Amino acid sequence: MTGAAIPAPPSREVELTIDGRQVRVPEGTTLLQACRSVGIDTPTLCYLETLTPVNVCRVCVVEVEGSRALVPACSRPVEPKMVVHTDSERVRHSRRVVFELLASSVDLSLAPARVREDMARYGASPERFGPRAARVAQPVKVDNELYVRDYSRCILCYKCVEACGADAQNTFAIAVSGRGFGATIATEFDHPLPDSACVYCGNCIGVCPTGALMFKSEHDMRAAGTWDESRQTVTETICGYCGVGCTLQLRVQDNSIVRVTSPLDHDVTSGHLCIKGRFGFQFVQNR
Amino acid sequence: MYAIDPRRTSSAAWADVWLGLDVGSDIALANAIGREIIHAGLTNRAFIERATTGFEAYRESVEPYTLEHAETITGVSASVIQELAHAYARADRAQVCWTLGITEHHNAVDNVFAIINLALLTGHVGRFGSGLVPLRGQNNVQGGGDMGAIPNKFVGGQDVENPEHRARFERAYGVTLPPKRGWHLSEMFEAMERGDLRTLYIIGENPIQSEADAHRARKLLTGLDHLIVQDIFLTRTAEIADVVLPAAASWCESEGTVTSSERRVQRVRKALDPPGGARDDIDILCELARRLGHPWETPTAEAVWNELRALSPWHRGMSYERLEQLGGLQWPCPHDTHPGSPLLHDRLWEDPVEGPSAPFMPVVFDPPVDRLTEEFPLRLTTGRRLDSFNTGVQTGGYASPMRRGETLDVSPEDARRLGVVEGEIVRVVSRRGAVEAPIHVDPGLRAGLTFMTFHFPEQVETNLLTIDAVDPKSGTAEFKASAIRVEKVCVQPALSAAGSAVEAV
Repeated sequence: MTGAAIPAPPSREVELTIDGRQVRVPEGTTLLQACRSVGIDTPTLCYLETLTPVNVCRVCVVEVEGSRALVPACSRPVEPKMVVHTDSERVRHSRRVVFELLASSVDLSLAPARVREDMARYGASPERFGPRAARVAQPVKVDNELYVRDYSRCILCYKCVEACGADAQNTFAIAVSGRGFGATIATEFDHPLPDSACVYCGNCIGVCPTGALMFKSEHDMRAAGTWDESRQTVTETICGYCGVGCTLQLRVQDNSIVRVTSPLDHDVTSGHLCIKGRFGFQFVQNR
Repeated sequence: MYAIDPRRTSSAAWADVWLGLDVGSDIALANAIGREIIHAGLTNRAFIERATTGFEAYRESVEPYTLEHAETITGVSASVIQELAHAYARADRAQVCWTLGITEHHNAVDNVFAIINLALLTGHVGRFGSGLVPLRGQNNVQGGGDMGAIPNKFVGGQDVENPEHRARFERAYGVTLPPKRGWHLSEMFEAMERGDLRTLYIIGENPIQSEADAHRARKLLTGLDHLIVQDIFLTRTAEIADVVLPAAASWCESEGTVTSSERRVQRVRKALDPPGGARDDIDILCELARRLGHPWETPTAEAVWNELRALSPWHRGMSYERLEQLGGLQWPCPHDTHPGSPLLHDRLWEDPVEGPSAPFMPVVFDPPVDRLTEEFPLRLTTGRRLDSFNTGVQTGGYASPMRRGETLDVSPEDARRLGVVEGEIVRVVSRRGAVEAPIHVDPGLRAGLTFMTFHFPEQVETNLLTIDAVDPKSGTAEFKASAIRVEKVCVQPALSAAGSAVEAV
């Protein structure tokens, strides 16, 4: 936003072909950014602008001529003369199956509308695995007053792990534990959060795309049936604690703050907060 | 990254090198770094000649601070000080960031000068990626000063004692303004002591619990003829007030702006209705003016801001519209198309330098006022923990899983020597008062150093221990350095509260 006086490093342009169109983008651009620059809509689940790509969800895969396997667009840099297909039968099939496997095993009911749109676009029908399809269902972990972990909604996108780690908080309280279908996000030795390294910044909640990580206040309201987005407003303000100046988005229902987030595209903290900014608001509503 | 801190904080744990210096020895360290840079021939001579004054006097002033001498004062080994000096001087870009560990001392301003001298010596100022970065501890402490809520300034850093600046405000408001600066907080307490200050109007501060030497603060505040407190809570200070004016919370029940550490002005907005009876600060002040016989309307926050912009060149280009569009602007921002100023002091790199040169300010090491003796052999330093804030008025409201209340944090060595264990209640005694607090053994502390917060004054009134030795230039008290002793209060040691996590700050 500011900092206009910092000169951008010079970069060379790379020319490639995407879906038959000639595209020129700066060297180092990813295929996803290149697709978006020419308006080609590419679905993503584990990708977030503020995090390092981890290529785990495979829903952004595209076909690159000469490449044996489909490649993840979110992390693959463009190369000169690449020929890319984003809507081939092979790509559509792969995206469909990824959505079907996820939706048949995970509760996606709180995922953004965009996910349901993408599933419809690729004709994904998770029901085809039948009622006995394996699910990751498990009880909600409620071990502190600030946030809950409902891993039956977890698609293992790693965003929380990255936000807890080197991409934001550098606390490393959580990681992926176990293998295959038994893989899950866990604290070390699966201890409850208060016995873990967690510092309750809630940056994991901020990046979670499926509602697996949630403010306890929101979780309780949903359980009680009082969560009502039609009665909610979102107001941007600045955190009242330290001098960093983090932007807070206060979601308010019935004159009470029910969730705090921070915009990813604000250059002060790129959406990341600390425990006080995320959870320390209660004092204004102890009325 | 080099972390210089008496405690091995979580920042220190992340740093490449931690310099665990003794509390209050900052000037000895800085001067030794300066001397080493000079002796190693690593100064930025072109910058010094072109943009600074007083180098010769500075060079002479640091000459006694050999690495070995600094080692005896600071407790940091000479080779590490040398390494830091060379790394700082040789870096393409280097910043020094500091906060209250530098400024809550009886010689706070000298501490800051000692750091500025290093930046002038190396030219690490006024360029992108280099600089001097005082980190602010509150969301609007920068803005408070910028808005003239300091005794010697009008809005936008304009000087009360500068006739030209004063005339601008006299013209705008049609009044004559006193030509002398007012009192800062510590001077106000001195004036109360002399009986010169008899009436006090406090907005959003809880001095009865936040001031050093709490006994004295309480005595002086209760001795006033009249005390008005405007706050969002009935704080301990509000409880002794003659009049309490309930206010709306500025960051979520009110419109306005705040200014962050990096001089970035940003909008705060009303998201909640304040509880019944609580009113916006502007509303209260204008109502008060009317009761005092001035026909003030109640302007909107934006109208007040525009009035400020008319008088403050720093803020002139910051309309609400631009602040909202750009997510904030950094001052100075003198006109409507100005992009704001992420960088200050770049004028020092103009050739010839525009405006006055930057002076070196020689300073000498002066140890903390509260001396360590046989009677008071331990150093107590105070600070915050991650999940709490100041006197806990705000953070006491949420259920932090990390909160474990007040403790006296001691090093494992001192715990052994004192024969105390985790969780054991001890008596902590300074020259000013005594409190009881549970022990927490913190391996991040070196022998001789203890730590407390001031987050839980209802449980432990830490500021009964702290000293109000005040820096004459800044008015800040030496919260960071008290001398204490620890006394056992019970014969039976308490059970160890094993497994409590070491906090991160």
